[in-house]
Amino acid sequence: MSRIDVRKTYKLYIGGAFPRSESGRSYVVNDAKGKLLANAAQASRKDARDAVVAARAAFGGWSGRTAYNRAQVVYRIAEVLEGRREQFEAEIRASEGVSAAKAKTAVDAAVDRLVWYAGWADKITQVVGNANPVAGPYFNLSTPEPSGVIAVVAPRDPLLGLVSVVAPLIITGNTVVVIASEDHPLTAITLGEVMATSDLPGGVVNVLTGSQAEIAPWLASHMDVNGIDLTGVEDAELATELEVAAADNLKRVRRPSPGATDDWLAEPGLDRMTQFLETKTVWHPIGV
Amino acid sequence: MTNIFEYAPAPESRAIVDIKPSYGLFINGEFVDGNGTSFKTVNPATEEVLAEVAEATDADVDEAVKAARRAYTRVWSRMSGAERAKYLYRIARIIQERGRELAVLESIDNGKPIKESRDVDVPIVAAHFFYYAGWADKLKYSGYGETPLGVAGQVIPWNFPLLMLAWKIAPALACGNTVVLKPAETTPLTALLFAEICQQADLPPGVVNIVTGAGDTGRAIVSHPDVDKVAFTGSTEVGKAIARAVAGSDKKVTLELGGKAANIVFDDAPLDQAVEGIVNGIFFNQGHVCCAGSRLLVQESVADEVMDRLKRRMATLRVGDPLDKNTDVGAINSAEQLAKIRELSQVGEDEGAERWSAPCDLPANGYWFAPTVFTGVSQAHRIAREEIFGPVLSVLTFRTPSEAVEKANNTPFGLSAGVWTDKGSRILSMANRLRAGVVWANTFNKFDPTSPFGGYKESGYGREGGRHGLEAYLKGADA
Amino acid sequence: MTPTASPTASDTSALGVFDDVVRSESSLRRFLHGLPGVDQVGCEARAAGLATRSIKTTSKAFAIDLAIRMVDLTTLEGQDTPGKVRALASKAIRPDPADPTCPATAAVCVYPDMVATAKQTLGDSGVNVAAVATAFPSGRAAMDIKLADTRDAVEAGADEIDMVIDRGAFLSGRYLQVFEEIAQVKEACGDAHLKVIFETGELQTYDNVRRASWLAMMAGGHFIKTSTGKVQPAATLPVTLIMLEAVRDFREQTGQMVGVKPAGGIKTTKDAIKYLVMVNEICGGDWLDPDWFRFGASTLLNDLLMQRTKMTTGRYSGPDYFTLD
Repeated sequence: MSRIDVRKTYKLYIGGAFPRSESGRSYVVNDAKGKLLANAAQASRKDARDAVVAARAAFGGWSGRTAYNRAQVVYRIAEVLEGRREQFEAEIRASEGVSAAKAKTAVDAAVDRLVWYAGWADKITQVVGNANPVAGPYFNLSTPEPSGVIAVVAPRDPLLGLVSVVAPLIITGNTVVVIASEDHPLTAITLGEVMATSDLPGGVVNVLTGSQAEIAPWLASHMDVNGIDLTGVEDAELATELEVAAADNLKRVRRPSPGATDDWLAEPGLDRMTQFLETKTVWHPIGV
Repeated sequence: MTNIFEYAPAPESRAIVDIKPSYGLFINGEFVDGNGTSFKTVNPATEEVLAEVAEATDADVDEAVKAARRAYTRVWSRMSGAERAKYLYRIARIIQERGRELAVLESIDNGKPIKESRDVDVPIVAAHFFYYAGWADKLKYSGYGETPLGVAGQVIPWNFPLLMLAWKIAPALACGNTVVLKPAETTPLTALLFAEICQQADLPPGVVNIVTGAGDTGRAIVSHPDVDKVAFTGSTEVGKAIARAVAGSDKKVTLELGGKAANIVFDDAPLDQAVEGIVNGIFFNQGHVCCAGSRLLVQESVADEVMDRLKRRMATLRVGDPLDKNTDVGAINSAEQLAKIRELSQVGEDEGAERWSAPCDLPANGYWFAPTVFTGVSQAHRIAREEIFGPVLSVLTFRTPSEAVEKANNTPFGLSAGVWTDKGSRILSMANRLRAGVVWANTFNKFDPTSPFGGYKESGYGREGGRHGLEAYLKGADA
Repeated sequence: MTPTASPTASDTSALGVFDDVVRSESSLRRFLHGLPGVDQVGCEARAAGLATRSIKTTSKAFAIDLAIRMVDLTTLEGQDTPGKVRALASKAIRPDPADPTCPATAAVCVYPDMVATAKQTLGDSGVNVAAVATAFPSGRAAMDIKLADTRDAVEAGADEIDMVIDRGAFLSGRYLQVFEEIAQVKEACGDAHLKVIFETGELQTYDNVRRASWLAMMAGGHFIKTSTGKVQPAATLPVTLIMLEAVRDFREQTGQMVGVKPAGGIKTTKDAIKYLVMVNEICGGDWLDPDWFRFGASTLLNDLLMQRTKMTTGRYSGPDYFTLD
């Protein structure tokens, strides 16, 4: 007689812990054929609020780490992800109904993407910052700094898409509250498990699952969120609404690319990093 | 012994400027009447009406955008960067040639002292055009690609009328965009003189269009469907309205908004220079500066000494005729702004802060406010949180570096900050921890075309100046 | 106009205000290094800002006469002779022979061996004789020689002694030695007033200028003076700014006034007026007096005279109309 599986309960990932939604709600996540995969936590506005608090608390420490250290942590995520690749391949196949080969390609690319971004930690400053030769006896240097707490609406692609929007934010020192793809949330929580075991400090990445339309407006209007990435918002009207709400405290907004589906396999440019970087310019007199 | 060593009035001659009784709009290379009514611009130092200026309607703005689009498609985007550069160099040279005229006109229309318009505003304006002229044929090395956006709609404030124009127009044109720019309704004259300079430079018609007017004209520019890029400098409130207005569009936006900068003085600061920095930080341009050091955070152990020195120094500030070469502090730009400064100062007194104003005789006519400092201010006071945009300094104290950082960052704004200390490692630590786009260490209110300027948080987004300033007018390396 | 007449002349060494400070090398060093630093760029920007002040008409006429009254008319050359010194002294008494309303200068400044000659010509004109002593300009001599040099000058009739500090001692941190030298020279001066020359061109930094200023004031110097005129740069606006701030702050703390004398390189009326503007804005009107501010200069006087003539006649004058003494 075959053994009965121990199933996993998919919860949220907030502040390094895995709580259920404070609302006690969950929703059914089906596989590509419409068969029950699992019940996912359905996050509420209060979960979103808690996630922002956790992200804000983590920001000072994370952004204050050396770039080298952030690179090490993100590289560690890649290592741990690689070690758990079978689980991710299985989840992707189940959730999206894709072939084994396609799932493998996606995991390969996700691991490689993390490695790619890990390497940027201690180079982005050199590429986008510079000294400014002002016409006077002053030392003048412009360097990038992370914007702060960034809300992200993740795209449909459950692993590679998610990694591609989160990694560029945390590598530069931002902390993140990400709303996972509503249809494919499970991989996001499993990725949370990977991050939780990769020396990533609690609160640097917080994952919410549930209704995008319900949670995103709370994050868009939250006055302690510094930026919002709308990549995964497919409803143009909702995207506009969120952008309007984001204006309340002048969040930096990344709009969804209208009509174009992102090619997640292509090599990214710098813009997912630079969009949520501030430029700080420091002056000092030169004298004896 | 004698104290009769007083300075006689040393006024700069007004004869150099020729102010016309009325001005039209500058569209497609020509001055046109427009379809709207007109408004008056006054000399804030005398309340004398200087000229009638056309108020651009939606239809006028549409004409201007059409002219800009035509110029963009047919001429400017097709021209090589090297040729665009030569136009910008020409403009820079003419600004230098007519520098005195521009400075006098700026002081008359704005109220700022001639020594600032002459020694700060106008030279930096010319330098800005020189700097960006040189980028026009080197954009492929910028890191932001070399594809322009199209038509830029630009709305600028009244505090640095010509300088803000330069910050907007020079990079836009260098990158191959064409512009429709609206100067502030209280300070339109130098922008209109700039239009004349464009004509002298034979700039192709439509590349630069200047439409005058107030909020409605600005809204028409921002929301015009054929504007690809919106650049705004002004209040945070209007900045937010713009961010809402462009939501859901493809318009690229940069916003330079308000501030409430902390100017932090440690007990080991070079005190005499710190006092100069405090004075320059809040009384430069009558405090009409978004990055003004309007919150002085002084370490408790030197607070009394700093205040004594500051007051002694403030007593030597000369307030009065903006055209007098010895004037340090000029006129408040408008009756409306003066009312706002008075109101917030009254709030400061009502909330229990102690007010001290430099003893000075203010002229009978015009809009004036004596340099003022409030002590005993706490973080909860409105004068410690709201931008007064006038010559009013709020003084708070701190005990430790952490407290200074905490208080400095405890604001929705994040434009600039100042740090005064002789300890190098502390400067770098403070510079790292202050959430502001510009940190002046042992100096304040310094500007340069090569140096990016712009804010964190509600002080806006995007940078103006330097290589970074190109990003706002190009599609990006990935485009 | 004679400094000795002033009741507030500095004599803080006697007051004991700084006894704790000058008790030991280490306490003195702690005090001097505890003075607020000077940011070079900010200091120079402030000086340049003051230099843009525009002075017109009546203020300018007043400023020119005041500047003439503040001149220490100087000749400090190896080729100095009694004839040269007599001519200079005559000019100090009557700078513009064509105009009796033109005031006399404050003093003539000569080497000690020329004091008697100068005194002879100046008599009771009210124009003082200042002598550079203490192995001017390098200050490189044994202490007893410096003191003898001082006493000689005083005995010959010098009203004012311009001493140089030992820059070697200062730069190697032997502040107490510098302090004691100044105090001893002051004693040797007797009733003559002491100006302390720093040679700021050798001290190099504004921090050093500020420390030297306090050192000299604490040691009882009546005046602090920038330079010998033999080293470049000599007087500059920012160096003088630092010294003016020092005397201002010293009065705040002790109630005692100390004078300031920029010397060397001030050649035009325009320059002199910039200095006076700075005195006025930094220290206030109290210092706008020959008792408290001097110019160490030679060619400056003729330019002041030419500008003065322009003010009275309304036309530009030329060098042929003024004596070349």
